Amino acid sequence: MKGILKKISQIDFGLMSPENIRKMSVTKIVTPDTYDEDGYPIEAGLMDPRLGVIDPGLRCRSCGSKGGDCQGHFGHINLARPVIHVGFADTIHKILRSTCKDCGHVLLTESEKVDYKEKIETLIKNEESITGIIKEIYAVARRDKCPSCGEEQEDVKIDKPVSIVEGNYKLTASEVRERLEAIPQEDYIYIGINYEVAKPEWMVLTVLPVPPVTVRPSITLETGERSEDDLTHKLVDILRINQRLKENMEAGAPQLIVEDLWELLQYHVTTYFDNEASGVPPARHRSGRPLKTLAQRLKGKEGRFRSNLSGKRVNFSARTVISPDPNISINEVGVPEMIATEVTVPVFVTEWNIEKMKEYIMNGPNKHPGANYVIRPDDRKIRVYDETKETVIEKLEPGFVVERHLMDGDVVLFNRQPSLHRMSMMAHEVKVLPYKTFRLNLCVCPPYNADFDGDEMNMHVFQTEESRAEAKSLMRVQEHILSPRFGGPIIGGIHDHISGAYLLTREGSIFSEEDVFQMVKRARMPLPKPTGEDWTGKQVFSLLLPNDLNMVYRAEICRKCDECLKLECKNDAYVVIEDGQIKSGAMDEKAYGAFSGKILDSIVKEYGTDKAREFLDTSTKLAIAGIMKRGFTTSTADEEIPKEAKDRIEQLLANAEQKVEQLIDAYHNEELEALPGRSLRETLEMKIMQVLGEARDKSGEIAESYFGMENHAVIMALTGARGSMLNLTQIAACVGQQSVRGGRIERGYSKRTLPHFYEGEMGAKASGFVHSSYKKGLDPLEFFFHAMGGREGLVDTAIRTAQSGYMQRRLVNALQDLNVQLDGTVRDNRGVIIQTQYGEDGIDPAKSDYGKVADIDRMIEEMRIKSKAGK
Amino acid sequence: MKKDILKHKLVPDHTILSDTEAKKVVKNLKVHPEQLPKIKADDPVAKAIEAKPGDILQITRKSHTAGKFVTYRLVLE
Ligand SMILES: [Mg+2]
Ligand SMILES: [Zn+2]
Ligand SMILES: [Zn+2]
Ligand SMILES: [Zn+2]
Repeated sequence: MKGILKKISQIDFGLMSPENIRKMSVTKIVTPDTYDEDGYPIEAGLMDPRLGVIDPGLRCRSCGSKGGDCQGHFGHINLARPVIHVGFADTIHKILRSTCKDCGHVLLTESEKVDYKEKIETLIKNEESITGIIKEIYAVARRDKCPSCGEEQEDVKIDKPVSIVEGNYKLTASEVRERLEAIPQEDYIYIGINYEVAKPEWMVLTVLPVPPVTVRPSITLETGERSEDDLTHKLVDILRINQRLKENMEAGAPQLIVEDLWELLQYHVTTYFDNEASGVPPARHRSGRPLKTLAQRLKGKEGRFRSNLSGKRVNFSARTVISPDPNISINEVGVPEMIATEVTVPVFVTEWNIEKMKEYIMNGPNKHPGANYVIRPDDRKIRVYDETKETVIEKLEPGFVVERHLMDGDVVLFNRQPSLHRMSMMAHEVKVLPYKTFRLNLCVCPPYNADFDGDEMNMHVFQTEESRAEAKSLMRVQEHILSPRFGGPIIGGIHDHISGAYLLTREGSIFSEEDVFQMVKRARMPLPKPTGEDWTGKQVFSLLLPNDLNMVYRAEICRKCDECLKLECKNDAYVVIEDGQIKSGAMDEKAYGAFSGKILDSIVKEYGTDKAREFLDTSTKLAIAGIMKRGFTTSTADEEIPKEAKDRIEQLLANAEQKVEQLIDAYHNEELEALPGRSLRETLEMKIMQVLGEARDKSGEIAESYFGMENHAVIMALTGARGSMLNLTQIAACVGQQSVRGGRIERGYSKRTLPHFYEGEMGAKASGFVHSSYKKGLDPLEFFFHAMGGREGLVDTAIRTAQSGYMQRRLVNALQDLNVQLDGTVRDNRGVIIQTQYGEDGIDPAKSDYGKVADIDRMIEEMRIKSKAGK
Repeated sequence: MKKDILKHKLVPDHTILSDTEAKKVVKNLKVHPEQLPKIKADDPVAKAIEAKPGDILQITRKSHTAGKFVTYRLVLE
């Protein structure tokens, strides 16, 4: 569909004049009553029929169109006395402060006027903001004496929200209006008012527009009682006080009474606009609930903008807690039966599927593959009940639409907030399962950034064939294995998938044929021919690889030796795959993990997404089968090191701490030499940090030297399954320096961090060096410093997410309408060219090789193996 | 001291297209000249090469992804 594009040349923001308000009004509203005894709306009341109709059966008295087509018409209330509009109170205050109380001129000298006028006019001509210069004028034009007539000025203050006080006298709204009227039109420009669209006195209301009933519809409760909208309540209040004020004024009541009523009218009009204005007690409903008036309808998270325009509630959606299911495919999602019987798919009835549809209707709305509604060709929707299902079936014929339950194989959209990239919403195939949670394959946790500590996700059911087809080709999970962010897989094995693959394929991992067949069966792989001999794990894993796959890469477990021994690597980190057979190297994160799986990456790129999905589904299952054959667990025993190691670490740390003391002594004795560009104190800090950092690293190395590949915690850390070597050494050897604001801890008491230290003490312990390991336990002082560092980390992440969220929002808003055309150009919705070639090279990063067009080195290496294998 | 900004290494190569060249570019990209990216006539580079409003400039610059990249800008007043 192509819409008509029109260019907006200009938008005027102005004020409504009393004449304007009366002109657009269809009726004057005078009575505070709404309905008479018979329930008919009273003329000149708030429900006056001329304000528009809602009932589709009636015709509007003002415009003649039927209810639903009539958008409603405004009325008006003539206020007995003027009142200040809350929204403009601040502006009125500023204007009064910078204009003369006597002659109304802006308090600027003639030369200032000439100067500012010229400046403002050039800004307007250049379409630049004038707020800055107007602010400046408001500051300059605060004078004691009028430059035009010489009148002494009194200070004008604002008493929130709407009282304007001059000296000690509170100006009435009428007086304020008179003052504003007195401002000559040629001075409007200095107070930022465009005389073509606004006059300052219009900021004081003499007539109030009454919104049509469509804006404030009354609702009828089940009891038959009518309940009015909050706005109507507020307008009733205004009318009531307005009437009393008028009567009292006409009767010549004492000034005091009139002023009280006037004040009350001001209060009601103020809260009608904004019931959360500071300094005014909010108007309340009889129940004590504060009324939702105009500003509250628009403002905030629940306001019109954020909850109805930027975001909407939708039908055919479901939300529940997620939990893992390693047995379903990455393309699938487990949907609880309870949800499957609630959200539906519309099916067009034909003579070929009518019998099937009848079966669904026969099952009714509560039994699983059932149906909830039938839509007749005349668009009437009939609910299917257990009592009525037989009659519905009788009437069913081709041309009807049946809204049947969600079933296995249906395509749905699955989403987890925050939806930061396109992989946050993917199309899954439904698998209806018992219990109450959505089930998902563990491999799709990384793109959704999901875990199972209570996360909830949303599901949306497609309602048209077009959307289903589009989703299936563009949004299916398997089409998103490669991320456009870095041109590698973002869906892949995690945690135990990695440890499992390593245990299965590491050097020396041998399985009896019986075990092999058990694992293969578990992974639902086709059974290989029995050999009658033991299998290596590498052979088992090779069953999954395509027969013509050739690759070489260094695994995650590679220790980056100075000189790589390649095939002779003692860590088994040099992976060589020849014609789909693993010749050397163990499988780990680099094989098929999310973010860095090279084999997975290669399978997607060379063999397509169907093959990749199959590989991922079966290889993860095989890895789980492998880990269950070997057994895998971890505990603090994995971080245990012998006494001799502990002694060595203790000695090392003691030496380092002593060295710190020496540095401090050198500093005090002025023997320390400053580094270039640093003060002496900074030099000392840097040196201390360096010494302590080295000590921590060395202690870690000592601990590491006692860790071997039979240690499960180490397997997890080195294969990339979970955790890091740093985590382990902090548990086993030494936690290290805690920092706040990127340096050693200095804050706390005066000249010391805690009262346990001397003033000016700079030693390791006094500035937050945690000597202990987590396993040994922290002493109270270390614990306190550790908490300080930990707190800073938490605060930083909280701030970072808020900041990056806002940045993302702005970026998305700026880019949302851009698209890549068939000719490779990037254009916006007006056809304006943004880039003559997408990304300047026209490459889809998801199909690139980690961002590059092609990885030549890798290709050469593969060719080499291929030719070698061919021989 | 005035320097020739066109010789600065951060200033990419700008050339004014002849009428026929400009027509060809517009035709190849299937755009109205107004839909091209813009450059102001008082832009230092536009001034240096004496481009006039309505001209189309061809800009050839280095690119991280493509090595060399060609784009066009319509000169505005
Ligand atoms: Mg969570
Ligand atoms: Zn109407
Ligand atoms: Zn004056
Ligand atoms: Zn190695």
